[in-house]
Amino acid sequence: MAAVADPRDHGRVGVPVYRGKFDAPQAERLLWRAGFGPRPGEAEALAKLGLHGAVTSLLSPGREKFVGPAPHDSKGRPLAPADAWGHDHCWWLDRMVRTSRPLVERMTLVWHEWFATSNDGVGSQKLMLRQNQLLRSHALGSFEQLLIDVTRDPAMLLWLNGTDNSKDAPNENYAREMMELFTLGADRGAYTERDVREQARSLTGFQNDWKQGLGDYNFHFDPRDHDTGMKVVFRKPGRYDWQAACRLCVSHPLHSSFFVRKLWSYFVPDAPDRATQASLEALYRNGRQVRPVLQAILQHPVVYNGPRMVKPPVVHLAGLLRRIGAGVTSTDWSWIGSLSGQQLFYPPNVAGWDDTRWLDTATYRGRWIAVQRILEDRKLDPAKATATPDAQTVLTKALAFWNNPALTDATRTALLQFAQLALADAGKQRWKQQQYPVLLENALRQLIAVSPDLQTS
Amino acid sequence: MSRISCDECSRADVLRAVAGRGLPAIEAGMPLPAGTGLSRRSFVARSLGLALSVYGAGRLQLFDEGIAAAASTADSPILVTVFLQGGADALSMLYPDGDPLYRKLRPHLAVSGGTTFAEDDRLRWHPALSPLAQLHGEGKVSVLPAVGYDHPDQSHFTSRHFWEVGATETSVLTGWMGRYLDAAGTADNPLQGLSLTGQLQPTLATARVPVAAIDGPDQYDFWVPGVWGDVETRMLDAIGTLGGVASSDPAFRSVTNVTTQADRLRRQLDSFNGKGAITPPVPYPKSDDSFPKQLQGLAAMVAAGLPLRCVALEATGEYDTHASQASALTPALTTTAASLYAFQRDLEARGVADRVLTLVWSEFGRRAKENGSGGTDHGAAGTAFLIGSRAAGRQVGEFPGLASGLDQDGNLNATSDFRAVYASLLEQWLGFDAARIIPGAAKLARPQLVK
Repeated sequence: MAAVADPRDHGRVGVPVYRGKFDAPQAERLLWRAGFGPRPGEAEALAKLGLHGAVTSLLSPGREKFVGPAPHDSKGRPLAPADAWGHDHCWWLDRMVRTSRPLVERMTLVWHEWFATSNDGVGSQKLMLRQNQLLRSHALGSFEQLLIDVTRDPAMLLWLNGTDNSKDAPNENYAREMMELFTLGADRGAYTERDVREQARSLTGFQNDWKQGLGDYNFHFDPRDHDTGMKVVFRKPGRYDWQAACRLCVSHPLHSSFFVRKLWSYFVPDAPDRATQASLEALYRNGRQVRPVLQAILQHPVVYNGPRMVKPPVVHLAGLLRRIGAGVTSTDWSWIGSLSGQQLFYPPNVAGWDDTRWLDTATYRGRWIAVQRILEDRKLDPAKATATPDAQTVLTKALAFWNNPALTDATRTALLQFAQLALADAGKQRWKQQQYPVLLENALRQLIAVSPDLQTS
Repeated sequence: MSRISCDECSRADVLRAVAGRGLPAIEAGMPLPAGTGLSRRSFVARSLGLALSVYGAGRLQLFDEGIAAAASTADSPILVTVFLQGGADALSMLYPDGDPLYRKLRPHLAVSGGTTFAEDDRLRWHPALSPLAQLHGEGKVSVLPAVGYDHPDQSHFTSRHFWEVGATETSVLTGWMGRYLDAAGTADNPLQGLSLTGQLQPTLATARVPVAAIDGPDQYDFWVPGVWGDVETRMLDAIGTLGGVASSDPAFRSVTNVTTQADRLRRQLDSFNGKGAITPPVPYPKSDDSFPKQLQGLAAMVAAGLPLRCVALEATGEYDTHASQASALTPALTTTAASLYAFQRDLEARGVADRVLTLVWSEFGRRAKENGSGGTDHGAAGTAFLIGSRAAGRQVGEFPGLASGLDQDGNLNATSDFRAVYASLLEQWLGFDAARIIPGAAKLARPQLVK
């Protein structure tokens, strides 16, 4: 594992470091950007470490532990993520909820979006899980090694026709996406159509077999299918193979700027300023390691002072479950994930989910249904009500259900206004005076969880 | 346009007052979409028919911002697409009874019965499609007996993708109707592109403007376990209130914006929510499948003047009939055709049939020669229909015949191109330059599809 640098090192290379107070609210934002939000008490505990200590603890979390009981379906049976439809989504959601290494899991999600592979094109949950484990094992390490291992990953070979690419019949699919989406970016003058064709030749040679009942298996490199001839890539001639193709991309002068901008975009909504961008690039070029760049991003003032981000649907949901200490006890989360616009292992295309467009009328309702599904098992029964609390009291209780999330004054006012109107409807009828506060508390729990405050961080 | 009676005026005033409550955002300068809301004309239509059931249900607020806005899209054309998933067999839907090769290629699967297709006596309608035959007799159906494209791809995924994006390219990511909405739609009206299948249909995928996906107009609900009655009504209002929460933060505002849109959409659709709210003027087929209900809801939405432009649905049935084709196809086609027939009659009864054209399509047709499992494998050209009072009612492209009309794989050659159909629909129906939407539109034919 790479040593974690002292924050002053980043000062030296010019990435600004946040110097303001680092209390529970700042720690909570860090936990949202670098994970899936806090469990009860977690933000307070993290705040005690200070900014540097907190970021370090996320970057070097030690061995993975899972908090809470193992996931299961609604009949109590264990998940079968490699086989049963939808269980893959729930299996990963459970890791997000229970892991002791939230940043590793969050970065695994980042790489799933970066090297977006859909089981729609792969057709094997087993191979998707294998890729998922690969992404996790490289989550904070060398990007170069990650690219090399992704390039020969079976799910990726199927997804982008890597095993259809042979010296007699080259297929440009992977070569193009490797440069356009994974390492260099389109329309930056980084590569030409000729580079695409030449890189495709470098990447030839992967093969696999297929058998009825077994599907795709025996992924391997067959030198007989590899084009050993001379190629010219980025104007440099050579007898490149697939690993050389990867190295050519990451050593390209336009790679570090692409890498930094893309990685930054998962943690901060606006592009970095020029000086920050340049400093992060310098940091990255020194070994192409993810961890030091991530450390500098997570210590940057804009993470704490800057604008909010819309939580991806699965992050929003995992965070709600973490807040109340709930586990995954149903496989409904896969179809609800689909309704919310993010079914894990099924990104919409090779470009991944569009992190700037999570919200539409259908996905908003998907998020509503996710909350509804959490509350379904926890609804309060109005028949047992005896007290007649006021609006503020009911709101306080509903907030306590979600472990007292911070709300903006405007949202709090809107919720309180609703609570007052709803209780006033009870009029002088005793049963309504007793039951409406309970109905109201159920309703407030829902509205709090879908409020703009909780959908962003 | 009818005159609005005083009674209706006063009712509108009441509704306008209701609209103000709980919607501060709309009063406070929230941009109201040009396409959102009801025109005065559609309000009249509602007060005459649909609205009665609405008032009966006691849901007054459904009109609110729609009437306040009085934005008009009530006369604009609506394009509906219905997808037959899996590759529907052209040689069964309009079967070449008069072709001597038909029964040789289809010894077990040859269809019999049905009426002769009036424009080409080599063909007969599948008996299950007799409702469409009847509409064809009234000049309301254009038949495309062999529609496809050059170099047909026999992958479901690829061929369907071509049809969805309106180009024979795999790299295009927006749907052809989605690109039209990006160019002609508004930034704030999710109903302009409505997917009635519970998730966004790729034909409607946009890059810029919002589109809506719902299971059905009666299923855009926001219930919460353990919440009902007065409290539920207040809670639904509170969604709009949350949408009106002010913030200078862009991400926060993107959530309040979509909250407002969801609130608006729910209110637009509120009259349809729950059982019995939609009372169609004509009978629809009874089915476990949701297709007839979706069409029934769609007709009511059109009549209600909701700002729809493009709508996508999937027909009843699974058309990938590799085995047991005869027993799979008949019930699927029966429900589909009867539903489409009811939809047309419904639109006619509601006086809005001039506003809707429906394109029925499938990703390909099937192999001419039947296989060994009582089914057929993937083919090339397929059948499409364009249905509506304004459909030209004349066939586009001819049936190519089985003797010389098959390609080297034994699949039907296309005699019309789906991209040309799209180009014609864009120009003749939606009044939009196809060159801006369909790649290579300049080189495509423009079959006359609209009268």
